Amino acid sequence: MRKGWFGKLKGSLKKSRERLSSHLSPLLAHFPVLDEGFWEGLEEALIEADVGIQVTQELLDKLREEARAQKIRESAQLLPRLKEKLVDILTTEKQPLFSEGKLGIFLMLGVNGTGKTTTIAKIAHRAKIEGKNVLLAAADTYRAAAIEQLEIWGKRVGAATIKHRRGSDPAAVVYDAIHAAQARDVDVLLIDTAGRLHTYIHLMEELQKIKRVVMREAPEAEIKTLLVIDATTGQNGLSQARLFGKALEVDGVVLTKLDGTAKGGIIAAIEDELKIPVILIGVGEKLDDLQEFDARAFVEALLS
Amino acid sequence: MFDNLATRLQNVFTKLRGRGRLSEQDVGEALREVRLALLEADVNFKVVKDFIAEVKERAVGEEVLKSLTPGQQVIKIVHEELAALMGSGQSKLAFASKPPTIIMLVGLQGSGKTTATAKLAHYLKNQGKRPFLVAADIYRPAAIEQLKILGEEIGVPVFSKVGKSVLALAKQGIREAVPKNCDVVVVDTAGRLHIDEKMMNELEEVKREVRPHQVLLVVDAMTGQDAVNVALVFKERVDFDGVILTKLDGDARGGAALSIKAVTGRPIKLASVGEKLDDLQPFHPDRMSSRILGMGDALTLIEKAKTAIEADKAQALEEKIRKDSFDLEDFLEQLRQFRRVGPASQIMEMLPRIPGLPNVGKLQVDEGQLGRLEVIIQSMTPEERRDPTIINGGRRSRIARGSGTTSHEVNQLLKQFEQARKLMKQLGKLSRPKPGRRPFPFIV
Repeated sequence: MRKGWFGKLKGSLKKSRERLSSHLSPLLAHFPVLDEGFWEGLEEALIEADVGIQVTQELLDKLREEARAQKIRESAQLLPRLKEKLVDILTTEKQPLFSEGKLGIFLMLGVNGTGKTTTIAKIAHRAKIEGKNVLLAAADTYRAAAIEQLEIWGKRVGAATIKHRRGSDPAAVVYDAIHAAQARDVDVLLIDTAGRLHTYIHLMEELQKIKRVVMREAPEAEIKTLLVIDATTGQNGLSQARLFGKALEVDGVVLTKLDGTAKGGIIAAIEDELKIPVILIGVGEKLDDLQEFDARAFVEALLS
Repeated sequence: MFDNLATRLQNVFTKLRGRGRLSEQDVGEALREVRLALLEADVNFKVVKDFIAEVKERAVGEEVLKSLTPGQQVIKIVHEELAALMGSGQSKLAFASKPPTIIMLVGLQGSGKTTATAKLAHYLKNQGKRPFLVAADIYRPAAIEQLKILGEEIGVPVFSKVGKSVLALAKQGIREAVPKNCDVVVVDTAGRLHIDEKMMNELEEVKREVRPHQVLLVVDAMTGQDAVNVALVFKERVDFDGVILTKLDGDARGGAALSIKAVTGRPIKLASVGEKLDDLQPFHPDRMSSRILGMGDALTLIEKAKTAIEADKAQALEEKIRKDSFDLEDFLEQLRQFRRVGPASQIMEMLPRIPGLPNVGKLQVDEGQLGRLEVIIQSMTPEERRDPTIINGGRRSRIARGSGTTSHEVNQLLKQFEQARKLMKQLGKLSRPKPGRRPFPFIV
């Protein structure tokens, strides 16, 4: 399964490379011996993957130091070291996605258009396959037809949706959904929230209220607050993670749209600074295009 | 906190400005900072490389280094090159000589096409056009429903039919628009990845058959380095005419806009700056460069204020200030007008930076708190609003209960009002406020 995703990822990256090539294999061929040209190329490759200037410089400083201390002369020797460093940043302790024997609540957050609703459908699909009883909560009461969109997905995967009317209080939807989940002996409750820019304080407060309701009404549950980030996002992703994380504790990131040509390097900056682990990745439009995050496979694709 | 591009450049410029003589090395150092700032703003690394090379070539020329104010010269060059990169002059939408004008919106998933379609229709309607929308996103669940609801909200007809291909929908939509006397047809298409052959073929076919007058690429302002890849492929396949930049109301520094213009030559035509349907504005490249360079966007603010603040009310306020009879009613009115101009954070963004003072753009303005202030005043009797000095302990707790706040918050409001009143008094005496004073006294 992992190979399939990796192949797919590599395939799509290859396409983009043919168009705008500035990647590592030509770099190694061009600069077999370590020199300024190689360092510059390496920096550009990391920047182009959206890793961000800060982490890039930290990584390169460490590599330069190692190269000096260990008298490394060939560029090819450096690549595995760079990969190790990135893998180190991105590796975190794995936890099972679904909790056994108690209600698992997923609270999904993110800016507009990152793919929250689609991700919910994918997680619901996965839970159904594992034989779980799944319920959806349509707490995006702001965007036109967001409730309908979630309901359509719910029907496709075979999960009921708790909803109110558009414009109603999202916290009230969540309240009802939790009580429905408790009454119906649900295993997994997925809460869809409206996309919002992290800079709107009152919208962050609305999320805090939703989370308070979740914690108060379902103290027995295992709550996962997941931030959905679009792999196409640049350095703003770090600001998103900071501000959503400041408003309410975020347990993990879902990185979506990795089937395009964007490499999603911003997660390195997020993990480096905020230590929020990436849990899942979205690699396509189909329901089963959801994978558990694997740091090594990700780094291989990023630096292939 | 992560420095924004504007602050970074400001720092570099302040350093340069103070110098009487500059060596080539000084210039190189400054440009390294500029480079980092641009990269942090998500400007594509290749664009940055070219940009820096261009500036350097001009900046190390004899006449710059030997001039009396070399720092100023370098700053001027960075300005000019940045403005050139963004394009000069506003790029307007083109309309067909024989209506209807057909506009097609394309882009990646989640870039904001459907919302942009509705905002564009609203914008066109305000310009005196009669727009007609075609909901041709047949893939995303409830996308058609979403456009129908938005169309209803802005009073613009929306055409769609289940079970039709995108091409058939677009063609029939255009036919339907004519008898309805509509002169602009906006076609919303499904989000797609630029590397999805099948979906890009579909778009090519629609473009070939329908021959829209304008194809607009919708781009998320938060996009990173990949923006150029996306834009280049969309240009190759459907040769778009311009860009709608969305989600510019956040803290994205919008380097993608710069990159796309530089790489494809296509201008940014419109920008979406808020959640409301009337938050779509013409894009002014010169103003955007000013904003990036930390000079504020005073022009846009003045324009917004003009439309939101009614002239007669402003005059009445002026009268009151002169007579020192500014009361809580006026305070409430001022609050409402301020909120009508736009979210407070957006206004602060547009204010010019004053060197040596903390960046006002970073002042946290609590939208919810502005709302609470309104509610508190609304919970007062007319008598109390006219003369807040009569508010005693009993009245205070009544107001707090009525507004769902605390006595402490009521007290804070009264204090802020008192400050505002004092300021108004000074304003009435002085013709201009002192530089650096907070422009809106009720913001803590």
